[in-house]
Order: sequence, then structure tokens, then C-alpha cells
Amino acid sequence: MAKIQLNGKKILIKSNLSILGLLKKYKLNHKKVAIEYNGNIIPKTNYKKKFLKDKDKIEIVHFIGGG
Amino acid sequence: MKKDILKIANKKLKSRLIVGTGKYKNFDQTAKAVEASGADMVTVAVRRVNITNKKKPLLTDYLNPKKIIYLPNTAGCFNSEEALRTLRLAREMGGWKLVKLEVLGDKKTLYPNMIETLKSTKTLVKEGFQVMVYCTDDPLLAKKLEDVGAVAIMPLASPIGSGLGIQNKINISLIIKQSKVPVIVDAGIGTASDATIAMELGCDGVLINSAIANSKKPILMAKAFKEAVISGRNAFLAGRMKKNFFASPSSPTKGLI
Repeated sequence: MAKIQLNGKKILIKSNLSILGLLKKYKLNHKKVAIEYNGNIIPKTNYKKKFLKDKDKIEIVHFIGGG
Repeated sequence: MKKDILKIANKKLKSRLIVGTGKYKNFDQTAKAVEASGADMVTVAVRRVNITNKKKPLLTDYLNPKKIIYLPNTAGCFNSEEALRTLRLAREMGGWKLVKLEVLGDKKTLYPNMIETLKSTKTLVKEGFQVMVYCTDDPLLAKKLEDVGAVAIMPLASPIGSGLGIQNKINISLIIKQSKVPVIVDAGIGTASDATIAMELGCDGVLINSAIANSKKPILMAKAFKEAVISGRNAFLAGRMKKNFFASPSSPTKGLI
């Protein structure tokens, strides 16, 4: 298991989970989100390759209504 | 007659009305209001995904980003870092280079922090963004923004969400006269006639959110704004009559019985 921070909340995930795996876990369409991993933006092409480890900080954002 | 198209960076817009997508009752109302407004472009915000509610509806399910231009906005950002972070994420999300920058300086008035705004514009332009910039109605600062590469100048009519209309027509006119890039009045428009006034002054477009979303019937108000913007634009193109201090009869004075 690994303890990560996702959108400000501490959560437990299984070891060796990729970013794509995390998106699947939350039923999120990778085309409709953007991800910041420990302060860096991750290109969509790297979602499969990037594996999460303990203490990682992830931000998943999307477009919402706004002025 | 040549088609009157608004060109911002490389985007061609048929409508000179841009609408915001915030403050609506639900996404269904948002979509219907956007449709009634006839807008080709909508502003959107970037926020955290709600990870605890997987069934929450998405804006993209109601407004297709392939059919309508999404203009990511940095609303709610109070410094350059936050604004840059937001727009870089937006670019990664959709591949959009055209963005709206808004760096706020004061929570009560939501007045833009122009020092941070200018700084952020420079950085974004360097990174290849096409930046439409929300700004104060100061002609000097508007010129500076254009000089550093803003693709559109977006002066406020009055504070965001205030509905007070255009408070300084002189400044807006000065900005219009000096700018080579489109000038879009953003923020503070209260009702349809305010948008007409902006267009009559010669603005290239207006951006409306609260005036539509906070009206009693947003879909009808969206239609009102669509027509108001067209009217104002046509009046501007037609060129208004001169103002006179005294009356001038409409009917011939010769041949009176």
C-alpha cells in the first residue's frame, strides 16, 4: 500500500498503481482531466508510465462552469 | 456586404457575445442559455475533480468542446503563480493555447492586480499562450498589455458581478481607439442595454456571465443579450447621427399649409 495525497485528501492506494490506474479507480476519463504530480504537470502520454509512490501529491483538475 | 467576423488570435467568431458558464442553476440551464446566446465561445474555470462523488455531471457532457470554443479562465487566482499553474493545466487538458488571464487583487471589489497581470501576460506569451487579458480600464496599462503580446484586451465595465454597467465610457473609448487587438468589455454589465452601449462605443465584443445567469429567466436574458450585441454592433457600423443642442424637424418645413 502507499499513502498519497489526492486533491488535498489523504488516501491509500495499492502499490505500483499508475496514474492511469488511479484515474480508472475513480472512473475518470483521462481525456477530460489534467494532472499535477508533485507540482509538475504530467503529459497525458505519460499517465501509463508514471507510478505512484508513498507521499506523492496528486492534483486532478477538470473544467467546470466559470465566468 | 463583407461578413462582420470577430477574429481573436486565429479564432474566427460569428458572435461578438462571449458568455461565462458560472452561477447557473444546473448544467442543463447553462447549455440552454449558451445556445440562446448564440455565443461561439464560453469561459470555463479549472477546478479539482470531486473524487468523493463519481457520478457528478460534467460540463463537457452538456457543452461539447468540439462545437463551442472553451476559453479557460483563471478566475479566483490572486497571484501570478496560481494563474500560470491554472492555465498550464488547462493547456494540458484540452490542448488550448487561447486562454483568459485574470489575476485578482482584492476580494471585495475583485479588481484586477495589474502588476501581477502584466507579469503573467509576459510569461504566458513567452510560453506560447495566446492570452486574452482581463484588466482595469486604464488606457496606459491596456497599451502595455498589447505591447507585451496580449491577443485581446478585456477592460472591466465595473466590478465583476456588480451589474453596474459601463462606468467610464471615456476610458473604454480611449482603449478602443488605441488598440490594434480586439477589445472585449468584460465584467460589470448588468442588462442588455449596457451591452448595446459597449458595442456602440466600438468594442469588438462583450463577455457576460452574471447578467444572464443571475437574471430571473436566464435563457430569455441570453437571447436579449444576443440581440443587444447585434444591435449595438450594427449601430456602431452604421455610425450614429450627430448630437445637437436644439431640435431639428423631421418633416420638411417647405410647403406647409
